[in-house]
Amino acid sequence: MSSIYLDHAATTPMVEEALMAMTTQLAQLGNPSSLHTHGRATRKTLEDAREVIAQGVGCLPSEVIFTASGTEANNTALKGLYWQGRDNGRHVVVISAIEHHAILDPAHWLEEHEGAEVIQIPVNIDGVVDLDFLKSLIASRGHEIAVISVMHANNETGVIQPLREVVEIAGEIPVHSDAVQSFKKIPLSFKDLGLYAMSLSAHKIGGPLGVGALILRRTVEIPALLHGGGQEREIRSGTFNAPSIVGFAAAAKSAYYDAQHVQTLRDAFISGVMSAIPDASINGLNSQRLPGIVNVTFPGTQSDSLLLLMDGQHISCSTGSACSAGVHEASHVLLAMGHSQLTAQSSLRFSFGAVSTQADVDHVLSALPDVITRGRAANLS
Amino acid sequence: MKLIAAMSGGVDSAVAAARAVEAGHEVIGVHLALSANPQKYRSGARGCCTIEDSHDARRAADVIGIPFYIWDMAEEFHDGVVEDFLAEYSAGRTPNPCLRCNEKIKFAAVLDRARAMGFDGVVTGHYARTQESAEGKTLHRAVDHSKDQSYVLSVLTVEQIAGAIFPLGDTTKVDIRKEAEARGLAVAQKPDSHDICFVPSGDNAGWLRDRLGSEAGPIVDQDGVKIGEHKGAYTYTIGQRKGLGLTVPTANGSPRFVLKIEPVSNTVVVGAREDLAVTTMRGERPVFCGSAVTATKERGFVQVRAHGAALPCTYFLDGPLLVAELDEPLLGLATGQAMVIYDGDRVVGSATICETE
Repeated sequence: MSSIYLDHAATTPMVEEALMAMTTQLAQLGNPSSLHTHGRATRKTLEDAREVIAQGVGCLPSEVIFTASGTEANNTALKGLYWQGRDNGRHVVVISAIEHHAILDPAHWLEEHEGAEVIQIPVNIDGVVDLDFLKSLIASRGHEIAVISVMHANNETGVIQPLREVVEIAGEIPVHSDAVQSFKKIPLSFKDLGLYAMSLSAHKIGGPLGVGALILRRTVEIPALLHGGGQEREIRSGTFNAPSIVGFAAAAKSAYYDAQHVQTLRDAFISGVMSAIPDASINGLNSQRLPGIVNVTFPGTQSDSLLLLMDGQHISCSTGSACSAGVHEASHVLLAMGHSQLTAQSSLRFSFGAVSTQADVDHVLSALPDVITRGRAANLS
Repeated sequence: MKLIAAMSGGVDSAVAAARAVEAGHEVIGVHLALSANPQKYRSGARGCCTIEDSHDARRAADVIGIPFYIWDMAEEFHDGVVEDFLAEYSAGRTPNPCLRCNEKIKFAAVLDRARAMGFDGVVTGHYARTQESAEGKTLHRAVDHSKDQSYVLSVLTVEQIAGAIFPLGDTTKVDIRKEAEARGLAVAQKPDSHDICFVPSGDNAGWLRDRLGSEAGPIVDQDGVKIGEHKGAYTYTIGQRKGLGLTVPTANGSPRFVLKIEPVSNTVVVGAREDLAVTTMRGERPVFCGSAVTATKERGFVQVRAHGAALPCTYFLDGPLLVAELDEPLLGLATGQAMVIYDGDRVVGSATICETE
């Protein structure tokens, strides 16, 4: 039986162009920091890649700092901007309540170890940050805020956040955005959004694992997490991972992602789910969402049982949230949207990619009723 | 059959899962997360329950080539096993938590959930055997008597045994390790676990003291005369001789042993060795792994500890209580322990000891 992959928000297949570019580069010799011919050759391809990424996200090439992951970009930005602010007497870190753990956890770390006060912007029932909360927070404590971090689109629900408004409200306060999920899925321009910093990851867009980028305004200097050879504006030392960076750029350039196609599948899936399981509900249904992500609550089930049963039907999907020792915990995103522990733990994320097909949707919909029935029985046992 | 293999991260459950796959079953590995706040690394002699152990289990499942999931049973485990353990100790009894875990978690919560999801049974790495008989599946000792775990499985009902698969019962532990090695399972040489999994330090008395407090109380002789003081009655075990801290010697200089723990008066009663002798035990809440024991006296064996000897006895049912009359007296038997009746190698049933004389 063929297997159905509906976890593209976790990672998605590498696109052909990226695979080709990367394998070609793997055979090339030369450290881009070396001054000789070999070094220069690698540097040339590396800087070509930087320009491609810059063009893809609407920033200057010098604003692209390659990292080993989106997580690293998030950590570098949040910690760096906090330390910079702290030097100027600002100790408050503002994040949305629905950030990925790669922002949530560094924020808590700053609180525990670096004297930060973390304030979370709540979201409404549709998963959108509360701009009024942010306005009044800035009105009362704006002078204390070192950094604001609000993701561009949520990884669990796909809900797109009003970033432009956040930046406008923030005024002079640096705003960082985790754009790992939205890059290539919806229009994205660093410059137009007016951000100070932004995080990207290659493997979410058909590039290789193990490479990401921090987009950081060229005039902003923040402390480094990794010290060494002084690469990447001395913000991120370490020999460039040229093959992965080249693969990243090839994926960024590729026109593989047809948002309309993905969205059509998603919408067909949603209507199929609702007719098969009438008491199911789509989280963030009333919001602007990414084309590929659907988060469904199936009342009376536990998502880890559903995941097992889906897997048994050769369907890969996700509980959409972090695991602690593999134990599924209620999603902080769904809790922030007003779910109870119980309903938050009755939810699954299906995420569609460029390669998804109507046949995938049909297969899942045909398996769904039995999975939900068994899942409900297991929940009562 | 479609089976759930409970995988602790140890060698036994890994080989059990591999054998079930080889027997042609469709197997899914499940690691039970039993602690809400698991420790990161193994320490001491426990072979499950840490994050490291769950990684070992996952790795074994990957090597065997079966799907693997973690089921959060922390709440069920806490309510059914840990709370019971504490309650039994505070009532002056000596419980066996492994037995409770089999009864309430592995072959109840897990088996029920597995069945609801369309699975036929649960595979574990217990050393025990089952046999088909006219009365259904019966439970028997493992071939390797030194590793036999039928004692801690004796609480299972016929219905539970029907859903239990023990692939290791016909093999010795030594051979299981060799087999694990041959199968490329990295846990082949992982040490056996033999402490209580939810007492990470291995210090049961200290663990109990932290949770039940350490209210000092009298140590008395059989006449009720106070001869010393204890630091928390439940940290003593019936038959215990060392660590009593008694300074008043007996008339004939013979050592004293803990005879009884009285939780209400917080008193530990001590006496001579011969006063520990028990010839009859009664157990409450009997469970039978096949046809029920009746008032008719039968000959068989009773075992009162996980790796204790099988003691020849006569057993019968006295109202709601299972009674065993020993051929030879036994020294030091605590209430709360399980009395397990055997007919040869077959487990007849078990009960929780509530009275001894």
